[in-house]
Formats: sequence, structure tokens, C-alpha cells
Amino acid sequence: MNAVSTELATYNFAYLDEQTKRMIRRAILKAIAIPGYQVPFASREMPMPYGWGTGGVQVTAAILGPDDVLKVIDQGADDTTNAVSIRAFFKKVANMAVTTKTGEATIIQTRHRIPEEKLTAGQTLVYQVPIPEPLRFLEPRETETRKMHALEEYGLMHVKLYEDIARNGHIATTYAYPVKVEGRYVMDPSPTPKFDNPKMHMSEALQLFGAGREKRIYAVPPYTEVVSLDFEDHPFEIQTFDKPCALCGAENVYLDEVVLDDKGGRMFVCSDTDHCEDRRDHGHCGTMLAYDKETAR
Amino acid sequence: MTDAPLLKVRDVSKFYGARIGCRNVSFELWPGEVLAIVGESGSGKTTLLNCLATRLMPTSGTIEYRMRDGQMRDLAHMGEAERRFLMRTDWGFVHQNPADGLRMAVSAGANVGERLMAVGQRHYGNIRATAGDWLRRVEIEVDRIDDQPRAFSGGMRQRLQIARNLVTSPRLVFMDEPTGGLDVSVQARLLDLVRNLVHDLGLSAIIVTHDLAVARLLSHRMMVMKDGQVIEQGLTDRVLDDPREAYTQLLVSSILQV
Ligand SMILES: Nc1ncnc2c1ncn2[C@@H]1O[C@H](COP(=O)(O)OP(=O)(O)O)[C@@H](O)[C@H]1O
Ligand SMILES: [Mg+2]
Ligand SMILES: [Zn+2]
Repeated sequence: MNAVSTELATYNFAYLDEQTKRMIRRAILKAIAIPGYQVPFASREMPMPYGWGTGGVQVTAAILGPDDVLKVIDQGADDTTNAVSIRAFFKKVANMAVTTKTGEATIIQTRHRIPEEKLTAGQTLVYQVPIPEPLRFLEPRETETRKMHALEEYGLMHVKLYEDIARNGHIATTYAYPVKVEGRYVMDPSPTPKFDNPKMHMSEALQLFGAGREKRIYAVPPYTEVVSLDFEDHPFEIQTFDKPCALCGAENVYLDEVVLDDKGGRMFVCSDTDHCEDRRDHGHCGTMLAYDKETAR
Repeated sequence: MTDAPLLKVRDVSKFYGARIGCRNVSFELWPGEVLAIVGESGSGKTTLLNCLATRLMPTSGTIEYRMRDGQMRDLAHMGEAERRFLMRTDWGFVHQNPADGLRMAVSAGANVGERLMAVGQRHYGNIRATAGDWLRRVEIEVDRIDDQPRAFSGGMRQRLQIARNLVTSPRLVFMDEPTGGLDVSVQARLLDLVRNLVHDLGLSAIIVTHDLAVARLLSHRMMVMKDGQVIEQGLTDRVLDDPREAYTQLLVSSILQV
């Protein structure tokens, strides 16, 4: 651990050298100029394995300034190993302010969720992307998928949804649900639940996507149209939940199942831990908390 | 048949480096006409077909196609987007090996429906109904609609490939040895099917085959190729019954001996 910290200490602000940051910023600018288009970039080795979001980390490193406030979430939570490590990494290499509060953050790096709290102008959401190519599922040839994007040949995306309905009776894709950006490029929103797709549409915040292993960056600038693909007779729908959050009573949020005991006890709680805590701090209370208070009395 | 050709081919040559693929081929194809390109292996049939279908760029020569609006267009001067659109709407291409023309990992229904979705159809129920109709037309049980072609026999795969191509009502279909990989009994059924479809739909077709019996059964007119060049062409019955070139006579007599 000591060896690592002294090693890191010799690196530039935010770990990457200025040359690399400039290269990544150019890719980001191009991505912003062509919403939804995957811009190739020379992805660098980062001091963490690929599955840890090296694409997102490089994007964040390239856009960070000393005054930024960083929040990192994984599956909506600030306290998972992945989120804690990335936050600690930036604290160390950029000596910057970090937070778990969505409203306080200027940059939010995420894996798998968009915060429940509405993002506002000036905020940037950085997604960690494992596989950026939405057409990869049916067309493994990179030359061909590039041509399809260039010529706007997206029939294949609907073939995938068709297969979904043929097999399951409905569109069973729940994560990485494909979207069309600004009426032009079809984009994979990374493995976020489709529940979050509507939040991407006309968002006030800048959304940046980094895929480290696949060396691609793409973007959705603020106030951009993001439409989920569907069929007329099978329209896009987000997941719904029968009950509100067991801890804070929130409705219309994305819930995770939590197993309570080995007798089948379970509850559904906000996947966005900051949102849940904030609601509880403001006096909101779900059935499980109410029950706890009762028994404590 | 109307009074204007659908395809006009002038002096088309294709060289692979110094090697000749095909040389100085000229002909016209008329609406509703089926043309067979015959010749022994290596004579340049596939090369010519691929040039016509814009899958290969000819070294020289011109190929013009009459668009639905009646305009004659030089294919080499068409943009890639428009050419690819033409290929998946107004044209069909049936490969000898069905795996080259099908998506083996998606259902039969999606294979047939893909072109419809590519041209913007967005109603699942309608796409599925049309796919079902086409499966019926190519004699595949409709209850196989959700099966992948992996589970199909060679003959079924080839019929599925044909359905996938015809679903957008193309006017011109290219076929490269469509019965090539099939058992003789299966070949007969497929030829029958192709003949009926071509007739019922009024399709124009260019069919490459080394099998003169296929040419006899399907085509109105045929071209005989040797060493990359067309050495004889004419109405199919005339060429087969009264071949003028010595080489064609040899081909015809050898098939008669088989
Ligand atoms: N990709 C290629 N590269 C080099 N030579 C080729 C290629 N394809 C075909 N040829 C050559 O062109 C000639 C015509 O081949 P082809 O068009 O495949 O004939 P056919 O379909 O009648 O069997 C042959 O001599 C063949 O070896
Ligand atoms: Mg051939
Ligand atoms: Zn909650």
C-alpha cells in the first residue's frame, strides 16, 4: 500500500499526464459534437483492472479540475468496493473534494445507475461502459457495425427486440436498453436499468460514456433527445414496483431486493443509497423502518 | 415484359491482379426475364454475378439499373447508402451456402422480418404475420417460426434464405448455385418452388449454375462462359437444343451422358 501511494505521488494531477488528457478531451469534444457517436481513443493502462471502469476513470481524470466535487456510485450505492476504490483513487491523485450527495457533486462517475435526484445544468455524469457497441449482439464484425452506424442502418436493433418478444412475449431487455440519440445514432446506455432511460432524455446534465477495454468515448450533451427503441404494438415501458421503498417509502424509484434472513424474508429498498438516506433524513419512513421503531419502543 | 431493359451491362471485366475473373461481358436483362449463367468451375460465373450485384467492383465496364422511378442509373456512381438500400429492398441475393445469407443465431421469423424492419416497419404483429405468410409460401411449417435455421435441414435453410430475400418484393434476384449443396431429391423440390415463385411474382432473376438442367428448368435465356468470357448466348431452348459453339456442344453432350 505504501509502495502504491509513493508511486502514485509521482504522477501528474488526476494521474494522467497532460498529453493524454488533451487526447481524451479531444475525443470528448468530438463525442459531444456528434451525440451518440462512438469516438475511438487511445485508452491508457490504469492502475486497476478493466472491469473496474477504466474508461470512466480516464474520462473523469481528463475533465476534473481542482474545484470539482466527485461522487462515485456503483449500482446506485456509494459504499461498494468499486465506488470506494475509485473515489479513494481520485482523492489521492487529485486531492479533490468527494461527496456522496448527488446535489453537491459536479462530476458523478457511475456504473449501472443514474441518480434518482434530477441532475442539473453544470453537472456531468460519467458512465463506465463495458461494451459500447449496441449492434455487437447480432453483428460481430466491427467493419460492418461501423458501416451500419455511418449509413444509419439500424434494422438489426429491431431484430434483437423482435427476438425478445418472440421468446418472451414482451421486450425482455431490462438493462443496456438501446436508445436513439437526437434522431441519429443508436447508442447503448451501458448496463443501466431501462428504468433510467427516460432520465437521459433532455437531461440538463452532460452525459459522457467511457469504454476502456474497447477504447471508445461517446456523449449525450445537455438537452438532447434520447428515445428508447420499441415497436408500435410493444411500446417501451420502464420497470414498475409493487411497493414503495421499505426504508424511506419512496415511490417511482428503482428498488433492489435485499434478503433479510434465510427464511425467505426480504425487502425492497432504493438502489440509490444517497436518495434513500436523504429522504429518511427528511423524515420519510418506509414500512420496515416504521416496524423497527415500533419494536424498539 | 416491358419495352425497356432492367439491367444494362456493357463490357464488364474483372481482374484479380493479372488473373482474369471475367472479361468484356455485355448483355441486357429484361423485366420478368430469368437469365442463367452456365459454365464449368472457374469460368467466371461467380465473379460476374458479384460484379452485377455490386458485391465486387468491376475493373472496367458499366452496369446500369432501371430504378423503380424508371430512371436508368449507373451503379458505380451510386452512393454506398443508396446502393445498400437497393440491395436490401429492390434486389435479392441467394447464396449457395445458406449460412452466408442467413443469420443463423436468430429465429426464422426474424430472418424473414429483418428487411421489413430495415425499411422502417415497426409493428411486431404485422412483421410476424408477414414472416409467417412467407414461411408458408416457401413450404416451411409456420410453427417453426421461432426456431433458428441451425435446426433446419439444408433444403429448409435454402427456402428460408429465399423467403428472407423476397419479403420486400424485390424486382431482381441474383442466385449463385442455389441448389449446389443439396441432395438431388431436395434440389428438385427447390427448383420447383423457385420456378413457381419467379413466375407468380414476375421476378427478374440471374441464376449462376454449372448444372444445365437447372438452366433448362428455370431460365428463358442463357449465357455460356469459358475462361471468363461469354462464348455463346441465346434463348435457353435454342442453346441447349442447337448449340453453336463447339465448347457448348461439349457441355451439352456431357450433361446428356450423365
Ligand atoms: N478472390 C479471388 N482472387 C483471385 N482470383 C480469383 C478470386 N475469385 C475468383 N478468382 C479466379 O477467377 C476465376 C473465375 O472464378 P469464379 O468467378 O469463382 O468462377 P466460377 O464461379 O465460374 O467457378 C478463376 O480462375 C478463379 O480462380
Ligand atoms: Mg462459382
Ligand atoms: Zn428508499
